[in-house]
This record gives sequence, structure tokens and C-alpha cells, in this order.
Amino acid sequence: MTPLLSLQDLTKTFGGLVAVNRVSFDVAAGSIVGLIGPNGAGKTTVFNLITGNYKPDAGRILFEGKPISGLLTSKIVTLGIARTFQTIRLFQSMSVLENVLAGCHCRMRAGFLSSMLRTPSQRREERDAVAKAVRELSFVGLHEQVNQLSRNLSYGNQRLLEIARALATEPRFLILDEPAGGMNEQETALLVGLIGRIRDRGITVLLIEHDMSLVMKACEEVVVLENGELIAEGTPEQVKEDPKVIEAYLGVAED
Amino acid sequence: MKNRNAILFILFSAGLATLPPFLNAYWVDVLNSIGIYAILGLSLNLIVGHTGLFNLGHAAFFAIGAYTAAILNTTFGIPILWLLPVSALAAGLFAAVVARPIVHLRGDYLCIVTIGVGEIVRIALVNDIFGITGGANGIFDISRPSVFGLIIRTPYEFFYLIWFFLGVTIVLFHFLENSRFGRALNYLREDEVAAEGSGIPTARYKLGVFALGAAWAGMVGLIFASKMTIIAPESFSFWESVLMFTLIILGGAGSIPGVLLGAALIVGIPEVFRDLANARMLVFGAAMVVMMIFRTEGIIPQRPRVYRIEAIPGEERP
Ligand SMILES: Nc1ncnc2c1ncn2[C@@H]1O[C@H](COP(=O)(O)OP(=O)(O)O)[C@@H](O)[C@H]1O
Ligand SMILES: [Mg+2]
Repeated sequence: MTPLLSLQDLTKTFGGLVAVNRVSFDVAAGSIVGLIGPNGAGKTTVFNLITGNYKPDAGRILFEGKPISGLLTSKIVTLGIARTFQTIRLFQSMSVLENVLAGCHCRMRAGFLSSMLRTPSQRREERDAVAKAVRELSFVGLHEQVNQLSRNLSYGNQRLLEIARALATEPRFLILDEPAGGMNEQETALLVGLIGRIRDRGITVLLIEHDMSLVMKACEEVVVLENGELIAEGTPEQVKEDPKVIEAYLGVAED
Repeated sequence: MKNRNAILFILFSAGLATLPPFLNAYWVDVLNSIGIYAILGLSLNLIVGHTGLFNLGHAAFFAIGAYTAAILNTTFGIPILWLLPVSALAAGLFAAVVARPIVHLRGDYLCIVTIGVGEIVRIALVNDIFGITGGANGIFDISRPSVFGLIIRTPYEFFYLIWFFLGVTIVLFHFLENSRFGRALNYLREDEVAAEGSGIPTARYKLGVFALGAAWAGMVGLIFASKMTIIAPESFSFWESVLMFTLIILGGAGSIPGVLLGAALIVGIPEVFRDLANARMLVFGAAMVVMMIFRTEGIIPQRPRVYRIEAIPGEERP
């Protein structure tokens, strides 16, 4: 079976800095995979390569067996890859509902003409989109904040809103960049449950996290990066015992 | 809520329609200018207010629409109103072509380049490009519009044509604002990276909104040409672009009522205070400074959209 996502010898440099160095790994459909590593290891850069925010200097990215590097980010989203951002990027002065409607956009059809004329099919589509957005909001538990401005949400809820917006694009593959950042313990526990429910919908999840304990709880497979290189791969138990991983994490703890 | 807006709109339109008989031709002409600037403002508002793209060259698109209509009308005798789609297409295509290489520029850079585009178009018109624009003298003898056999000549007659066009524009743009397209423009303005990452093809929307705003300005150009019957490059100067831009910022970027009020103030106030004509730029400048300090979103800011939510799953309904 072809993997859902396949990274092959991916390399990205910024000036002299090799942020991602010949990284290869596969993500099987239906799994929850963790991408861990100390700060600056290149995790976010890998995400930005997958979603087309950066162009790789070398290597290939295959989604469902087809190369996607070089495509526009919005096109990649339409193909079924959605993401959240490490530094929250919501549409601050728009409502919670409208933030999720942004995700609905790529599954809607209405152009400027049918919108200006408010044709019956355009109105039906709008109604359906609003209903779908509300469903996604209640899926992540934000249905009571529908009409609030997104910037007025708590930090943890802003992260959930980003997830709802990503889910509204109807992805087959969801990548979450440190979704627990800024969450308290209770919110983090709920997040672990939410990630499980996302997978139960048939969506494959790739999760960046540098908090090992969350990764151990949520993921079935872990990939470890350090200094842009893949240093270990396996189940959470295997990875936890790996001397290179222990060293990488202790090395960070020391400075 | 929605019905209240519709009722207000109809009452306001009806009120305006009964106004001209009580005014002399001069003041009707002022209202006509307000109407023209209002439509131009609304078309630029899609680009500047909704999408946050600083375009200070909108007069170029206005000019292309006007000249397209004028040239085709005077050379081939095509009835002027038939040319509406042609003027729209010419201005829209021109905008799409010039915007393509520049829309990715950041705010201030884009602003400077659009000023350049506006000036290039004006200078090309002055230099009688392709030998069809009549140089600095412009084009004469453009025909009057004729609607169902009635030829529109007087300011009173133009009032109804212009304000009808404005009314249609308001309704269409109101629908557009409250749609997938309108929201996409706002996402782009708020955070381009997040918009693209949510599946919105930002580059395509930027081009699209430039083309749409320009096409609308092109149609206003046609109305302007048929109202004046003479057009010349000086009517499409940088100053015109500045006026359109300013009335949006003053009235409220992204807000239809704001733009309408902005047009009324920018065109109307200098007429009311005609005696102070020399001081009017001073007053104008001072007002802008005050605005930028105390009310940066304009006099009537954009309001959040309202959605009807039928049932929220997981919530107890009373
Ligand atoms: N746009 C960029 N320009 C220059 N350097 C960058 C850029 N993005 C990331 N880097 C560098 O690449 C390295 C990896 O960063 P990142 O992928 O954000 O790490 P992580 O997410 O694992 O903490 C860091 O040294 C970072 O400074
Ligand atoms: Mg990171």
C-alpha cells in the first residue's frame, strides 16, 4: 500500500543554515504520527515544506503517490492537507464562525457573479457552509463562542479554533504544529482526546510537539529530528529508549 | 435586521428620487458628482477597503473605460450604453494585466507602483497613444446615452441614470460582501499566509478583485464620458485617484454606508463652503489628520457580518 505521505531526501537551507537535511519518512494512512525534536530542530520547516510555504532545495514530497512540491499552498489544501500554525494565525478581527468559514471556502463553488446576484444555489451553499462550520465548532467544543471575535478567545481556544478551521477544509491529512502550546494541563488532556476523535473520522494526523509526554500519550509512531536530521523513528517506547534521542533531549536540557 | 436594511434602502431611494424637482440644475449636478464618486469609491473599496491592497491609481481604470467608450462611440457610432460591457472588459483586462506582476508587492510598494500606473496611463493619453486618444485635447462629440428611446441630456435626467447605477451597485456589492468572495477578500486583508493556508488562492483573488474593481470604474468612465461629451486626460489625474482613496479612508474602509458618506463629504463639502474655496484643502487636510488620530476605521466602520445559525448541535434549544 502506498503511504499517504512520503518525504524523500528532503533538504532545505536558509543561507548557510541547513534547516532540514536529507529527511525521509512515510506516514501511513489512518495513523497519528509525532514529529519531535528540540527547538530549532527543523520541525516547523518540514511542515512548511509539506504545505508548500517553502520550496525544498532537494528531495520529493508525495501525497497519495503524487508529487506536490511546487504547488501553491491553497492547491495543496484543496488536495487534502490542512495545517495549524505554531504561532497562532487567526483572522483576528473576524468572528469565530467566519474563521471556520475560511476553511469551508475551498469546498464551495460560488463565484463573484452568482454571489452578486445571490442565486438560489449560492444561498443554499452559504447555508450549508454555515451549518458545516457550526458542526466543526461543536466538534472542537467552541459552539458557544460562534459569534465572538476570534481575538477574544483564550489562548487554548484559539488553538482549537485553528483546528476547526483546518477540519473545515475536509482534509485527509492534518498537521498540527505544537497544538498544546499555551494550553494548561486540563486543556492538553482534552486535546489528546480530540486528536483521537479526529483520527476516528479517518483523518491522518501528523503532530509536532516538543513535550515528550503528550507525544507518548497521543501518537502511535514517532519521528525524531535533531539539527535538521532524522535521528530516530519508531513507536514511542522504542524512541524513548534510543540513546541518541535521550542525548538530544538532555543536551537541550543542559543549556 | 435584513428586512430593516432593505426598507431603509428603499425609503432612502424613494426620498432621493423625489429630490431633483426641488433643486436647481447646479445642485443636481453636485448630486451627480457625488453619485459618480460614490460608485468609483465603492469599486475602489473592494480593492482598498476589503482586500487591503493600496491602489492609488484607480483613475487609470476610470480613464480606460471612458476612452474605450468614447473612441468606439465616436468612430463607429455604437450607441454609448451598448458599450458598457466593452468598457468594463477593457478596464478589467487592463487591470488584470498590470496587476499580475505587482500584486505580490507589500502595501507601501504596491501603492507607489499603482501611482506609476496611473501616471503612465495619463501620459500615454496626453501623447495620443496609437493616434486614437486625441492627445491633450481629448475626444469630442461623445453621444448622449439613450434609454428606451429617451435621450438623457439634462443634469436632472443624468441624476436618475447615475443614481440608478449607484443603487444597483450598492445592492450587488452588498451581496458580494456577504458571500464567499467577499469573505475571501477580508481573510486576505487580515492574514495572507493564514488565508492561503486555509485553501484560499490569494494571488487569484488579488487579481480578481483588481479586475472587478477596475471593470466597475470602467463603466463609471463610460457614464462620465457620455455626461461630459468631451473627455481629456486632465479629468483622470493623480488627484482623482487620491480623492477616491481618501473618501474611502474618511468614510470607512470596507463599509458601503461609509463610502457613500465619504463621497458626499468629499464632493459636497467644498460646494457648500464655496466661499472658502482657498481654505478648503486646509480644512480637508486637518479633518483627515483628526480622523487618523481619533477614528482610524473611518466615520462608519465596516460592521461584522451577521449569520443566521439554524441549530447549534450540542446546545440546548429553549
Ligand atoms: N524563514 C526562515 N529563514 C531563516 N531561517 C529559518 C527560517 N525558518 C526557520 N529557520 C531556521 O531553521 C531552523 C529550524 O527551525 P524550525 O523548523 O522552526 O525549528 P522547530 O520547529 O523544530 O523548532 C532554525 O535554526 C531556524 O532559525
Ligand atoms: Mg517549530
